[in-house]
Amino acid sequence: MLLRSIISRLIAVAITLFGVAVVVFTLIRVAPGNPIAMMLPPGATAADIARLEALYGFDKSLPEQFVIWLKAVAQGDFGTSIIMRQPVAELVLERLPATLELALMALLLAVALGGLGAVVGARFRGRSPELGVDLGVGVGLSVPDFLWGLLLILLFGVLWPVLQISGRVDPRLAVDLSTNFYIIEGLLRGQWRLVQDVLAHMLMPALALSLPLAAMIAQVLKQSLKAELHLDYTQLARVRGLSETRVIVSEALRNAALPTLTLIGVQFTFLIGGTVIVERLFAYEGLGNMAIEAVINRDLPLIQGIVLLFALLFIVINLAVDLTYGLLNPRLRHG
Amino acid sequence: MVDISAPRAVVRAPNLRLWVPLCWLTLVGIAAVFAPWIAPHDPLAQDLMLGRLPPAWIAGSEPGYWLGTDDLGRDVLSRLIYGARIALIVAATAALLAGLVGSGLGLLAGFFGGWWDKCISRLVEIWMAFPPVLFAVLLVAVLGTGLGSVIAAIALIDWTRFVRVVRAETLVQARMDYIDSAVIGGASKLSVLRHEVLPNVLPAIIALLSLEMGIAVIVEAILSFVNLSLSSDAPTWGGMIAEGRASIYFAWWVLTFPLLTLFLTVLSFSQLGEGLKRHFDPVQT
Repeated sequence: MLLRSIISRLIAVAITLFGVAVVVFTLIRVAPGNPIAMMLPPGATAADIARLEALYGFDKSLPEQFVIWLKAVAQGDFGTSIIMRQPVAELVLERLPATLELALMALLLAVALGGLGAVVGARFRGRSPELGVDLGVGVGLSVPDFLWGLLLILLFGVLWPVLQISGRVDPRLAVDLSTNFYIIEGLLRGQWRLVQDVLAHMLMPALALSLPLAAMIAQVLKQSLKAELHLDYTQLARVRGLSETRVIVSEALRNAALPTLTLIGVQFTFLIGGTVIVERLFAYEGLGNMAIEAVINRDLPLIQGIVLLFALLFIVINLAVDLTYGLLNPRLRHG
Repeated sequence: MVDISAPRAVVRAPNLRLWVPLCWLTLVGIAAVFAPWIAPHDPLAQDLMLGRLPPAWIAGSEPGYWLGTDDLGRDVLSRLIYGARIALIVAATAALLAGLVGSGLGLLAGFFGGWWDKCISRLVEIWMAFPPVLFAVLLVAVLGTGLGSVIAAIALIDWTRFVRVVRAETLVQARMDYIDSAVIGGASKLSVLRHEVLPNVLPAIIALLSLEMGIAVIVEAILSFVNLSLSSDAPTWGGMIAEGRASIYFAWWVLTFPLLTLFLTVLSFSQLGEGLKRHFDPVQT
């Protein structure tokens, strides 16, 4: 039963991936501007254009072109960036670590802030701290990451300038690493100054990304915590003499976590999507910033590669969430 | 002694969640409609002699420039007022378009089920695989910049939101007894959909329209911020924010006022949407 549900899920994923490919291919092909003309330097002859067109299969019918394109993409060939004259796959993989680190940091912050809000709200339920948490949740849910980023820039960049408002790392700092995972590799190699500087740059964009999700986590987790606090086992823990905070943190939290975990899984993709504009806002050198740069320069192969990578990331994360949820929730496993 | 008057007082209190946002949005709406009469200056008029003037209550300001001027000496307040026009036009049309397409497909998927549902749900799933902002930027790159493209891009992205909500609502309604009785009464499926299901789904659509308008305002601001919306000269809130971000260390007001306006507008649309949802369906909360 489990195997069958996994297989049907995988088929659905394959259909979605194919659909994504069709949408991206169509969009790029209807975009104004001849992609071949953009690849050539100005002053290229008609024969040059014809030769390149034949090379990329542009002289064939659209469905045939789609098959040629799909084959190349499946082999990891996303074409060459028009502006930077480098393979798109290389450029994209170079920037991916920066975006992943930012997204993971934001996730961490969201869980910490949301979890804290939920515990405080549940501990002081019905009193003013819970009202405060509810108010924060209301604002956090209605204001998107873009606006949080701008507000943070005003607060911690201008009014009380304690954090960096642009870039990923101080350009004066020599980065001597073999991967672009600055934090992870920096920690492993013990380069504390580098890690510290990267964190100082990352904190504001990560916080901006995390606040909407933190609000959602606080809301959902507080709700499930409060439901648990009426049950017998928490009463028993109180009778055993545990303080209310202990009851919440070490008894109720584990049983209340499942709905929040599902929520985090689903919302993590939206958080990754948010990196696009937040990176731009903070001039953070990740994929999203590169995507907007590519659109401004009309570098279609590069945009296409980034969009495909983001879509793939979304689909894989959603699949992983679905599968783990199936494993975590016995009712679904046997259902 | 139990005090029973308190809950009644809560119920009778005016619904702030509806009225405060409505007041702010009315103000923005008035600014948008009557912009040429309200704005103290031409929003495009540059005067480099008057560049980076601070707001009226700070030393060094010029009379008549209430919220100061930007780098090029353009009046911030006038640009904000004209910016309300663009923001509200985009919000209203994009939300309406997304609502029409999305609600239509959601009704079909929820009511007819079967292949309708399978195809539409699959399409939504494909659409949801794209990060919204990146998708918007890509669409504007394909469609070209300009007001029409921005509206089209937002509608093309956000119709899925309506499909998901309307489909779920329709599924609930389709199981109700009154649908069966209408069918037994001899009504055609399409007429049941129009006269029985749609009126019951409409409140959810209206609440969602308000939420969607807030999202459209943000997406327009984001597109203007990255200079992919209207021409960079046009007074858009997002464009003003981009200019303010660039000169943040010299003139904080150029960023602060458009940001505040955008903040209040987005908060109002979403609170109004939530308020409407509760107003129509008090049981849910």
